[in-house]
Amino acid sequence: MNSDYFIKLIIVLISAAFVNNVVLNQFLGICSFVGISNKIKTATGMGFAVIFVITLASAIASAIYRFILDPLDLEYLQTIVFILLIACLVQFVEMVIKKFSPALYSALGVYLPLITTNCAVLGVALLNVEADFDILTSIINGLGTAAGYTIAIILLAGIRERIEYNEVPKSFKGSPIVLITACLMAMAFYGFSSLL
Amino acid sequence: MNKQKNKYMERITNGIFTENPTFIMMLGMCPTLAVTTSAINGVGMGLSTTVVLALANLLISALRKFIPDKVRMPYYIVVVASLVTIVQLLLEAYIPSVNKALGVYIPLIVVNCIIFGRVEAYAAKNSVGVSFFDGIGMGLGFTVALIIIGAFRELLGSGMVFGFQALPESIEPIAIFVQAPGAFLVLAILTALQNKLKLPSATNVPGKEFKLACGGNCIECSGSTCSDNHEKINVSKDPLVKSKSTKNVEAEKENSKGGLIR
Repeated sequence: MNSDYFIKLIIVLISAAFVNNVVLNQFLGICSFVGISNKIKTATGMGFAVIFVITLASAIASAIYRFILDPLDLEYLQTIVFILLIACLVQFVEMVIKKFSPALYSALGVYLPLITTNCAVLGVALLNVEADFDILTSIINGLGTAAGYTIAIILLAGIRERIEYNEVPKSFKGSPIVLITACLMAMAFYGFSSLL
Repeated sequence: MNKQKNKYMERITNGIFTENPTFIMMLGMCPTLAVTTSAINGVGMGLSTTVVLALANLLISALRKFIPDKVRMPYYIVVVASLVTIVQLLLEAYIPSVNKALGVYIPLIVVNCIIFGRVEAYAAKNSVGVSFFDGIGMGLGFTVALIIIGAFRELLGSGMVFGFQALPESIEPIAIFVQAPGAFLVLAILTALQNKLKLPSATNVPGKEFKLACGGNCIECSGSTCSDNHEKINVSKDPLVKSKSTKNVEAEKENSKGGLIR
């Protein structure tokens, strides 16, 4: 029983990170994926900020849904509750980090405001409810999704740093070549679909 | 009366052509990529967004003088989220097939950059009527864009348009176009064409870093990058700037008039 549960958690983790990659397969968080991926350093910062926020948000959102919304038959309020929760959470996390860990703040701080409306955060919270995950599974799913986001954005940033020195056809300079890169990455990630 | 009508029509054509949110402003890319696997999905998503956008513009414009500046973001979020919930419940009740096809992307309308962008940049500064029509125009522009992209992907990916066979059966469809990589490919082709033909778009302003969908910072969108986008686009089509700015002056005049009457 216990090991079954553990295996299920691992499957959820891998499926969230690779098979249903949040950006390359579900198209959540495209804005920041394309917008902040021109340097590996910033991409890494953003990636870790996202891991932090998504994991925390999916834990709290799942708990609120389980213990407040579901027992009171208020499921239809989930969209409002979750978006407000995420907005508050990001502000709160920003304040806490600023107070207790200036080093972490200087690394992640600038990315935190960018996350509030990152659709991936709200998307994960809603998908957890839709899939009827318990709290631990939700946290693992959030962690996996965010890890998938981080992997994808760091890979894209690495490729983009290389592309800088390549001769790109004039029409494809700028965003088209980034999107082509994303397309090829999506094809590569498509290969993971037979993993599970 | 006639002038009034023209003003409203101008907002609608502005949304569909001059400042098309998808093709020109390059906003709201997540739903654009995700739901355009078929033209009919594009219709469903586009119209749902239009309803939310028009009503959000209406409500926020109507209450713009009563909302303190400091709490305006939470207020926008609550208004938009409530409207999205209403739309979602209506879809669930009356068109469950659309709701099922669009899935989680319906509640995700809440974080669509187009909505916050328009609310902050337009509805918070303009009168109720024009804001409402601005919402309709922007929403229809989004819908048209989604239908075009959706029809293109559906045609290439499954040989059909709106579910009807459009290509002869003998031509093998390129299935990748209706799958995830195809979405990126179509958008890449679109932006490359815009570059090639030098069409006005947020992604090909000469000499500037390209901006696709505000770099992800939707909530502060209109404050910084989105208005930035606006300016860049305006600069790139220089002759139009003058007419724009005079229009703004006119709008301001009208606002001040409204204030006097009050």
